[in-house]
Amino acid sequence: MKAIVALGAWVFNWLESVGRAGIFIMQSIFRMPTRWGESINLLVKQLYSVGVLSLVIVIVSGTFIGMVLSLQGYSILAKFGSEEAVGQLLALSLLRELSPVVTALLFAGRAGSSLTAEIGLMKTTEQLSSYEMMGVDPLRRVIAPRFIAGVICLPLLSLIFSAAGILGGQLVSVGWLGVHDGAFWSSMQQSVYFDTDVLNGLIKAMCFAVAVTWIAVYQGYECAPTSEGIGKATTRTVVLGSLAVLALDFVLTAAMFGDF
Amino acid sequence: MGNDSINTYLVQMEGVSVKNAYVSVSKLSFSRGERLIYDDVSLTIPKGKITAIMGPSGTGKTTLLRLIAAQLDPDSGTILVDGQNLHKLSRTDLYKERKKMGMLFQSGALFSDMSVAENVAFPLEEHTKLNAVSIQQIVNDKLHSVGLRGASKLMPAELSGGMARRVALARAIALDPQLVMYDEPFTGQDPISKGVLVKLIKQLNDSANITSVIVSHDVDESLSIADHVCILAGGKVVAEGAAEEIRHSLDPQVKQFLNGEPDGPVPFHYPDESVSVPGLKGESA
Repeated sequence: MKAIVALGAWVFNWLESVGRAGIFIMQSIFRMPTRWGESINLLVKQLYSVGVLSLVIVIVSGTFIGMVLSLQGYSILAKFGSEEAVGQLLALSLLRELSPVVTALLFAGRAGSSLTAEIGLMKTTEQLSSYEMMGVDPLRRVIAPRFIAGVICLPLLSLIFSAAGILGGQLVSVGWLGVHDGAFWSSMQQSVYFDTDVLNGLIKAMCFAVAVTWIAVYQGYECAPTSEGIGKATTRTVVLGSLAVLALDFVLTAAMFGDF
Repeated sequence: MGNDSINTYLVQMEGVSVKNAYVSVSKLSFSRGERLIYDDVSLTIPKGKITAIMGPSGTGKTTLLRLIAAQLDPDSGTILVDGQNLHKLSRTDLYKERKKMGMLFQSGALFSDMSVAENVAFPLEEHTKLNAVSIQQIVNDKLHSVGLRGASKLMPAELSGGMARRVALARAIALDPQLVMYDEPFTGQDPISKGVLVKLIKQLNDSANITSVIVSHDVDESLSIADHVCILAGGKVVAEGAAEEIRHSLDPQVKQFLNGEPDGPVPFHYPDESVSVPGLKGESA
């Protein structure tokens, strides 16, 4: 009986916190800026901090994943004499699955944790209260630019990840393993479609971006204003963000590519 | 003036009557979880005067400032600021009213990504339509008034604790507010910084005729400039009156607090229900 009560309480609390997080994000993004110029400046600053500073980790990871994928793909395809299809394998794996998922996981670890820690520290040092006391809405000033920057950056980073992966894969399969250059690119050109592959991958990345950035800003805003609270909130961002990405990936893949 | 008369004190010093209260708190109750912070508290903050709200650590002095500024909502009771109940206002109206208030936070709460000048200019840029030259002029004036005009280009991380508090004060008064609330302004300050802050608060109050509320447990500094004093303990107002009257109060709680005595009605030890002292069973320790 106690277990049922505890489960009910847990579900109730969970629903309440989801509702609170929903109201939080709606209030953040649907409040019109009072000064557009300032809001655009804040957004550009966050695009740099969240997006540009994530480029190195995304490009390096994409290149290595593309290289490994080529090695693995080649060793299997060579058994069937189809090593030219390694380009197709590489492009479809990256565009449909690996780029959005791995980029989102990297994003949660680098940008998401940084967002949570930054907002949490602003709360701990009373900067958020200070905005409120000056009659400035911290949701509009602090949360909105960070959330919008995350939603814009992650799909673009996912595309860059795909490009880096394909170039890394080409380096290994064409430059090292001796796959014909023309065959590599033409197999890719024939099998990749914009709407089913590129667009679906971008939609996935967009959904992951909303989930990860939402979790990151909410955890920072709601964290306990102590060093321990910031640490816990940052960990929660990475764990919950990663789990949300993997769970959403299954749902989206089933909806996009499942043959029901 | 006896204890009873202090406790029932109505603000009457220097011709200021309760009608001139800028903030009036009536029958305020507030709790955090199971812990009752305020139990049916009433007090007044007279207009144009310096009011010191004092009491032992953990009494909820900072909480009172947040309740006055409507950052927290009371469980019951009303708080009127300049005749308005801020807790009943919409968010937009509340933010408009907050432009009339300034608050000096305990930590300074300077925006770490802005320079000193940008911090002071921020409320002006947000709430006025002044051009950049006028804003720069006001920023220079405000920084000059706290003695930090030369530090305008420094970042908050480059400031000492005392300097950060003074910059925060310049920012708090940038919009020439009617009410300025100081949260523990003297805590962690060296004697020189304390002296400078005391002088600044007094000067600002006198020159701009603003209403000042100082939350502090620094007795000497607070009493030296306060016109009106309110002492809180155990979720109640234990004394309220003019500074001199409070200084000579015979109330044991007031005396213990002002003289820093370890023994008295305010316990030094946090209550520990798991510890029972032999021989004290059934007695009040």
